[in-house]
Formats: sequence, C-alpha cells, structure tokens
Amino acid sequence: MTTEQSPLWEVFVRSRRGLSHTHAGSLHAPDAELALRNARDLYTRRGEGVSIWVVPSKAITASSPDEKDAFFEPAADKPYRHPTFYEIPEGVKHL
Amino acid sequence: MTVTAHTGAALALGDDALVLSHRLGEWAGHAPVLEEEVALANIALDLLGQARVLLSMAGDEDELAYLREERAFRNLQLVEQPGGDFAHTIARQLYFSTYQRLLYTQLAAQEGAFAGLAAKAVKEVAYHQDHAEQWTLRLGDGTAQSHERMRRACEALWRFTGEMFQPIEGVEVDWAGLQTAWLESVSDTLRRATLEVPEGPRSGAWAAGAGRQGLHTEPFGRMLAEMQHLHRSHPGASW
Repeated sequence: MTTEQSPLWEVFVRSRRGLSHTHAGSLHAPDAELALRNARDLYTRRGEGVSIWVVPSKAITASSPDEKDAFFEPAADKPYRHPTFYEIPEGVKHL
Repeated sequence: MTVTAHTGAALALGDDALVLSHRLGEWAGHAPVLEEEVALANIALDLLGQARVLLSMAGDEDELAYLREERAFRNLQLVEQPGGDFAHTIARQLYFSTYQRLLYTQLAAQEGAFAGLAAKAVKEVAYHQDHAEQWTLRLGDGTAQSHERMRRACEALWRFTGEMFQPIEGVEVDWAGLQTAWLESVSDTLRRATLEVPEGPRSGAWAAGAGRQGLHTEPFGRMLAEMQHLHRSHPGASW
C-alpha cells in the first residue's frame, strides 16, 4: 500500500485513569478506525492502556529544530519564572 | 484414552483454534503491511492460547498438536483452508469469528466445563470479529479490484459454513438458533460492504463438511506436515 492510501498517524495512550495521554509512537493506517485498531494491537497488547487517541500526523504543527534558539533559549536565564526563585515569607502556612 | 463426549468436544473446539492459529501465523513476514501483520499475529496468539486450554482438557497438548495423524483432527474444514489472498483470510475470519463469538457467548452463560474459557475467550473473539468486519467493509466497499476479490473469497468459502452448525456432542447449545444468528450477522456485514450474500449451498452434496468426523481437505495434510515436522524430527526437544 502506498503512503497516500495508508497515511501516518500519531498514537497517544493513557496508561491509567487520571493520567494524561502520552505519545506512544506512530503507525500507518488507511483511516482513523483502522488506525485505532492498529494502535490497540501495536501499543496496548501488554496491558499498557485504558484509552487511545490517534491523530493524523499531518494535522500536527511542530516547532522547527532551526528555530530552537529563538523558541527555547530565552527561557534558560530567567530563574524568576520558577517558584523556587522566591523565598517563602515567615508565617506563611500551607504553601 | 477413551473419548468421552467432553474430550471430543474439547478436541473439536481446540482443533478449530489450533489450526486457524497456524493458518494465521503463516502471514508472518507476508502481510500486506506491518501493522496488519501484527494484528493477524495477535489474533493467532489469542487462538493458540484457547487451543492450549482446550487441548489440555483432552490430554497432553503437545502430543495432541504434534503427534496426531490427519484423520484424528476434529476441526472444521473452514479453518484449514489456505490463507489465499488477503480477502480469503478476511472472509475466513469473518465466517469463523462470528460463529465462535456466538458459540462462546452461549457457553459462557452456562455452567459447563467450557464456561470459564468461553467467558475469557469471548472478549478476544469479539475483537477478532470486529477486525474481520472492518476489513470486509473496506474491501467490499473499496475499489473495483478489492470488491471483486472479496466477493470471490466470500463465495469460495461459503460452502464450508454449513458444517459449523453440526451439533458437537458434549456442547449443549441451541445450534439452530446459532445458525440463524450467524446468518443474520454475516448477511448484515456483507450487505453493508456492498457484497451479495452468496447463494451457493451450505450443506448437502456440494457443500463441505466432515471435518468433525476427521475427514479433511487436501491442503490440510501439507499444513500439518509443516506444523508437526519439527516436533516429529526432534521428539522432546525444548529451548
């Protein structure tokens, strides 16, 4: 089957109730229903999951590695964005 | 070993699962896409698990699987049919998994010796049936070529479907009701897949149907030779 007939899907699996879906991998399938079944066979056959999402890979907009510096580096030197930057005033309870 | 009704029934149901499991396993390395290969292998493994439980009820599982002659197998002729093209494999799966789900649903509701196995297996089999139906819909209602191949497969295997409803001694279910429900379910799927329900005979002279009595079709001998040769060449070998 060609890629056109069987496009790529990204698979997200929720391993337990209360946790969020996590990216598990990708697979080829002709449509969403079969993608879901393929995902069941490929990623949950050892009891890994309670819920599966499949998303067409082409529907995902991803950041580009070339833009890494502009996207992520400015965040590196701003420690005040972390709660640990601040000292807890005396007398504050339940924090 | 004396063949009681219970042993005979365990052999019939166990051989169905074992033989179809082997047939599905033949797709390993040959399936149209990797994802489908894993799906078929999963189904094969489910069936192999059922076969192990059932054959162990009848005796030593390895001895029964690997050392019996062709005439001692009690499986349906449907499950021993070669995989053919992918459409044949899907048609075989559609016919058998629908039968197995209906049968195991009835067994699970009883208190017999098979109730425990059936209760567990029926969930596996429901997935097998869903898998077969999904593919039947896509192949039947797909391209002109996939429609034609699926039509050919459904018609070629139709004559093997009457045999499924020969009562098995030791299995107390409503066989006539089973057949009605099977026809209804399979016909519905075929219609939704824009395929016609085959009109050929399902019983009588032109139909198949003596697998439960130990009579098998020609391809079965070759399949057994392949399945059994390792064990027969190296008796008692382990790894």
